[in-house]
Amino acid sequence: MNEYLPLATLLRLLAVLTLTLAPHVGHLPPWVSALIAGLIVWRGLTAYRQWRMPGTMVKIALALLAFVGVLVHFDGRLGGQNAGTTLLCVMTALKLLEFKGRRDVMVLIFLMYFMLLTHFLFSQEMWTVAYLFVCVLAVTAVLIECQHRGALSPRITLRKGGIMVLQALPLMVLLFVLFPRIPGPLWGLPEDSAAARSGLPDQMAPGDISRLIESDEVAFRVEFHGPVPPPSARYWRGPVFDHFDGRAWRDSVPTFASGLSSRLELLGEPVSYAIMLESQRGRWLFALDMPAARSLPDDAFIGREGQLLARKPVTERRRYELTSYMQYRLAPELDEHARKRYLRLPPDFNPRTRTLAATLRTHYTDDEALVTAVLRMFHEQPFVYTLRPPPLGRHSVDEFLFDTRRGFCEHYAGAFSFLMRAAGIPARVVTGYQGGQHNVFGDYYVVRQSDAHAWAEVWIENRGWVRVDPTAAVSPQRIEQSIEAALDAAEGLPGHLAARTRLRFYLEARWEWLNGRWNALVLSYGPELQQRFLERLGLDDLRDTILALTVLGTSILAFMGVLTLRQFAPEPVRDAALREWQRLTRRLARAGLPQRPGEGPRDYAARVAAVHPEWAQAIHHITQLYVRMRYLDDPDPAGQNALVDAVRAFKPRSARRRSWIRS
Amino acid sequence: MRVWLITTVLLKPLHFVQNRIDAWVMARVRRQSGPITVARGRVYILPTRFGYAFALMLLAMLLGAMNYSNSMAFLLTFLLAGLGLVCMHHTHANLVNIQLRAGSCAPVFAGDIAHFEVRIDNPSAHPRYALALSWPKAEKQAITADVPARGSITLVLSLPTQHRGWLPAGVFSVSTEYPLGLFHAWTWAELDMRCLVFPRPAPGGIVPPATVGTNGLASGERSGQDEFAGLRSYRRGDAPRSIHWKSFPKLTHPVVKQFAETLEQELWLDWVALPWLDTEARLSQLTRWVLDAEAAQRSYGLRLPGRVIAPGRGDAHRIECLRALALYEDAQP
Repeated sequence: MNEYLPLATLLRLLAVLTLTLAPHVGHLPPWVSALIAGLIVWRGLTAYRQWRMPGTMVKIALALLAFVGVLVHFDGRLGGQNAGTTLLCVMTALKLLEFKGRRDVMVLIFLMYFMLLTHFLFSQEMWTVAYLFVCVLAVTAVLIECQHRGALSPRITLRKGGIMVLQALPLMVLLFVLFPRIPGPLWGLPEDSAAARSGLPDQMAPGDISRLIESDEVAFRVEFHGPVPPPSARYWRGPVFDHFDGRAWRDSVPTFASGLSSRLELLGEPVSYAIMLESQRGRWLFALDMPAARSLPDDAFIGREGQLLARKPVTERRRYELTSYMQYRLAPELDEHARKRYLRLPPDFNPRTRTLAATLRTHYTDDEALVTAVLRMFHEQPFVYTLRPPPLGRHSVDEFLFDTRRGFCEHYAGAFSFLMRAAGIPARVVTGYQGGQHNVFGDYYVVRQSDAHAWAEVWIENRGWVRVDPTAAVSPQRIEQSIEAALDAAEGLPGHLAARTRLRFYLEARWEWLNGRWNALVLSYGPELQQRFLERLGLDDLRDTILALTVLGTSILAFMGVLTLRQFAPEPVRDAALREWQRLTRRLARAGLPQRPGEGPRDYAARVAAVHPEWAQAIHHITQLYVRMRYLDDPDPAGQNALVDAVRAFKPRSARRRSWIRS
Repeated sequence: MRVWLITTVLLKPLHFVQNRIDAWVMARVRRQSGPITVARGRVYILPTRFGYAFALMLLAMLLGAMNYSNSMAFLLTFLLAGLGLVCMHHTHANLVNIQLRAGSCAPVFAGDIAHFEVRIDNPSAHPRYALALSWPKAEKQAITADVPARGSITLVLSLPTQHRGWLPAGVFSVSTEYPLGLFHAWTWAELDMRCLVFPRPAPGGIVPPATVGTNGLASGERSGQDEFAGLRSYRRGDAPRSIHWKSFPKLTHPVVKQFAETLEQELWLDWVALPWLDTEARLSQLTRWVLDAEAAQRSYGLRLPGRVIAPGRGDAHRIECLRALALYEDAQP
């Protein structure tokens, strides 16, 4: 409507732009944040002080510079999520430079709507819903104001926007539930997408696991259907590493290449449970050792080393049911080729450890006795379990075992596996999660990134692969209680692990429960959950769903339409006499004699009577009654009835029709 | 002709369809004298270019949400989709139930701009924002205004005039894009409004012939309403009432009050005085003379074939003359 923007509107627009951009400050490069803030302030001042807008050359130069800046900052990779978002933010702010007509304003506002979407790539927590509504309302209010010539009070625009957003809510819910979902991704996710932010690393070097401890992000939630195994038995297997290169443990062949080829015997009582997995990196699905093959989800299989894997990367939250057996025999026979692989060590590393292994071998011929001896060594000698171990040099295992003796679980698991291999016992490192915190509200267990753990497996004749956790020998509390119990508070624990009061504990459990519900019901609502939910509603086929969506959507929309129209309906006339009078004028208007604006009832009656003398008597009668009723102080029911009767009896149209027939 | 039609259909199908629909609707707009209440069925609505852009943006957002399987992105996309749909109702309702009435329209000279007043009443308890009034196909030059709750506002439509006579206002449109600018809702109405267009005044230069009026020389009887112009000596035949009695004792012979009217001849602006001009040019010249005579405060009469307006002066007289000139040989009353 308007081609220029009033100052008040512009300032409000800039404020809303700041609101939509603000949460990005966290992941934008600082110079970009500064540039955007500068542009916003400059635009406000330009309007306020009436400076001149920059010329075309300045605009192009600035846009190019900003583009090159982003390009350089992200090393030329603009495909990523961070780079894309940064570029979008910069370009939105640069839009302020050429910002005159209505088109520019509309483009900017649409960009602001779009910008909201990018926030959810970084965070989808519960509070973002509030942010979503606040922002949509604010942007809509500004959009409304821009349709009006001259500034509108925010009271009006926010009210109108609020009504519209409220009316759009039922449609949003309907579309969210019924709009057919397809399994993503459509074109692949950028490497740095939020879905792949945290999780167990692809290899294990000292420090890799302890870095995860800093994060209080939830890895998954577990609901047990029956007896719950004790914390010391809750080992959730993740990536397994069979190759040591002197520094890090890694996989010798791609993990996903093959399934479990060796024999797995399941013993004892089954434990069944459901896991609500958060999106994470890779294709890991976590399971208690060891899951039964028949209970696996359709798209999952057990990998070569007993890990549970999905056939496609797990980019969304998902829920799966499993049955595990806590007692099992994994690969009771090991062929020569595999045995060699699990004994291989790089030749030029850790000579002291090799000597120790040789010494141990001479003392213990039995493998199990040797394992026990090493665990006793960890337990009895002054080894310390710490989150902040000293850095290690080239012979990392030597330095750890003989000099520093301070380490986190990856130090113990790595050193133990090295020692076993050096002593001729096949061994490998297993990473995953251990433990999990009980939530009293939902009766489920939360496993966080800070529960990440590394342990070892050794192969013992006839028993197969046996789990050995050297950390348990050093710090039993870590395994039996939790990581915060095992670590010394003086170490400067991450905030989420610090000791807390009862109230705080209660609130945190409540919040965690809410988050769990949010994740389970809203965030993980994808193709699978939708199908299950719709089947329960009886909509088991796509055609029915689309039909239901159309019918319900149209009904809701029609209902909103009726509501809106009622808001704009003429106010009912309260005065009974006036109502009758208006009935009369409407009839006369249809007969071609409307009452003119500013024409009183008596003048009008006289004019009508002059044109149609045959109506004169009736018209004068009605006018007289009306004027008396209208200006009478006390109500007079009899007079009112007379007026109603008189108006009802007066039929100008039929009179005209009769006259037409006569002629 | 047919080739041109086919080319249009092929090159601009939407444009073509739109024009056909417009023509169909326009032909069905009835001229109404009374207040027109804009009914629900009379409001047409289509997305604006911003509406299409919004839909495109929603599609992009939907694809993004699908790709990332991002529930919050789905929520946002669906909320905005709902907002767009709800906006359609609000834009539509912003126009429904308003009443349009014809206001006054002052006469103008051909070539000037006619101003038609249209009064918009809002009988509802909800104000209407950003209503636009314009001629069809000229929404760019629309004038916009708000109508308060239970209030009314008068807007002016301007139309350049070319010919004398009655100029009907014709069909105009009331439209709105409020609140979000995603939809354009409009209605077409034709009120019984017309503007009287006087002939364009000729540039001047031709002096009106000093035609002698039927009354000949003026008599003192008219002195009451005319301006005092001076004194002259008494001549035989002067009315006793016009003698300046006050000065009579001081002077040797009586003097008579002289009034302006009586000094001059009445001016007759006559159709037949301009035989060398065609009809329109004559009317223009007569218009010019009417204006000049009025400016010179002279009394003038107008003689047209079939119509004679007795001499007189003043606004009402001038308008009567101009009206006669405007409607000369015009079929309309």
